[in-house]
Amino acid sequence: MKMKIIIMCFLMTNLAYAQNFVVNQKGLAFSEDNLTIQVGDIVSFVNQDEAFHNVYSLSDAAFFDLGSYGKGKEKEVEFDEVGEVVVECAVHPSMQMTISVIE
Amino acid sequence: MRKIIFILVLFNISVAYALDDYVFESGHGSLSKWTLPEEVPFPENNRPTQARVDLGKALFFDPRLSGDGNMSCASCHNPMLGWSDGLKTAKGHKSQILGRATPTIINTAYNSIQMWDGRKASLEDQATGPLEAEVEMHMDIESLISWLNNNEIYRKKFNLAYPGEGVSATTLSKAIASYERTIISRNSPFDNWVEGNKSALTESEIAGFKLFVDPEKGNCEVCHSAPNFTDNGFHNVGLELVLDGDSDFGRYKIISLSSLKGAFKTPTLRDISYSAPYFHDGSSHTLEQVVKHYVDGWKGAENLSLNIKEISLTESEIVDLTAFLNALSSPKEALVLPELP
Repeated sequence: MKMKIIIMCFLMTNLAYAQNFVVNQKGLAFSEDNLTIQVGDIVSFVNQDEAFHNVYSLSDAAFFDLGSYGKGKEKEVEFDEVGEVVVECAVHPSMQMTISVIE
Repeated sequence: MRKIIFILVLFNISVAYALDDYVFESGHGSLSKWTLPEEVPFPENNRPTQARVDLGKALFFDPRLSGDGNMSCASCHNPMLGWSDGLKTAKGHKSQILGRATPTIINTAYNSIQMWDGRKASLEDQATGPLEAEVEMHMDIESLISWLNNNEIYRKKFNLAYPGEGVSATTLSKAIASYERTIISRNSPFDNWVEGNKSALTESEIAGFKLFVDPEKGNCEVCHSAPNFTDNGFHNVGLELVLDGDSDFGRYKIISLSSLKGAFKTPTLRDISYSAPYFHDGSSHTLEQVVKHYVDGWKGAENLSLNIKEISLTESEIVDLTAFLNALSSPKEALVLPELP
């Protein structure tokens, strides 16, 4: 019983401190050039363009490829490591932003 | 206390390419996004001057910049052929046939990335690429710089254009890029119609423009976006990826993401009527063939861009859309060739 309470407290603590951020893709640009978040935070990438976008990063601190998705769709990434993460759209290379993940 | 959920940016529901955003009347404000900026973009370290443009022009047309002394930039980027070469795919050193069509350099100054696969970021980055490529101009850059340095007139021109910077691969690139920034098309019938000249487009061409921007009809604007008719993006539009046993996966060779397999850069459509054949593989000889490719030519292809979707166009609509594409070409102007040093 005591263990269950400890686990519940741990989960609630994490919930209380994890933040969700939203970055839009609109007019062939990310809504933010730079974003600072903490380890464990989640960023949702929302496509508001008619065109499909493909959000990805090849950075050491976060390596992901969300694939192509269209207008009104969103995909999210949880950032687990400290570091600078360059996020780009594979389809439109001029769409770039940097996410700074801190402790 | 930090909130559990923090919305960074409010959701904006406006639509980027909705047909309703347009009023199809000459000079209407809804069309203004198609007007190209009068000032051509340039990097701070290569502000255009007449001396730089003049030097770049001489270099661009000088066949002595190739290994065999018989190919200039203009051999492939021929102003009489829409700054392309009229070939299905380019011919390089000793006329060997290359894998891709020569892209036009019209308005490439407005683009944020260069080459069919985007491997060069700027015109300055791009300029010496073909020059040094073994299969293209086949030039040894050190020998070239030495030759230019020993040519008194070229040396003076470099000093005038780039005082204190000397004759180098860097200044050579900067000069050629400066000249390429003068190769601009922004005076087409469509441009004039956008500016308010009602009679600049025919009824058929206006109907074609409506089809062009309608996501449910031509669906062209989704990639060929304003103002330069390109999104500077990379798309697999359903062309053959393996030709004569050779495969070409385009952008995928530069960035190995699966969605990029077979993706090539969206070309501008300005002056498009001058630069047939079309596509990176030169597989369409006419604009009508290009339009028909987007109707059903792509079907069955793998890894298609998700921007490609089922569209239906009547024969009459294909005529209108093709007429509009032809209205994107500026009148040809006489070109004075440079006197080579």
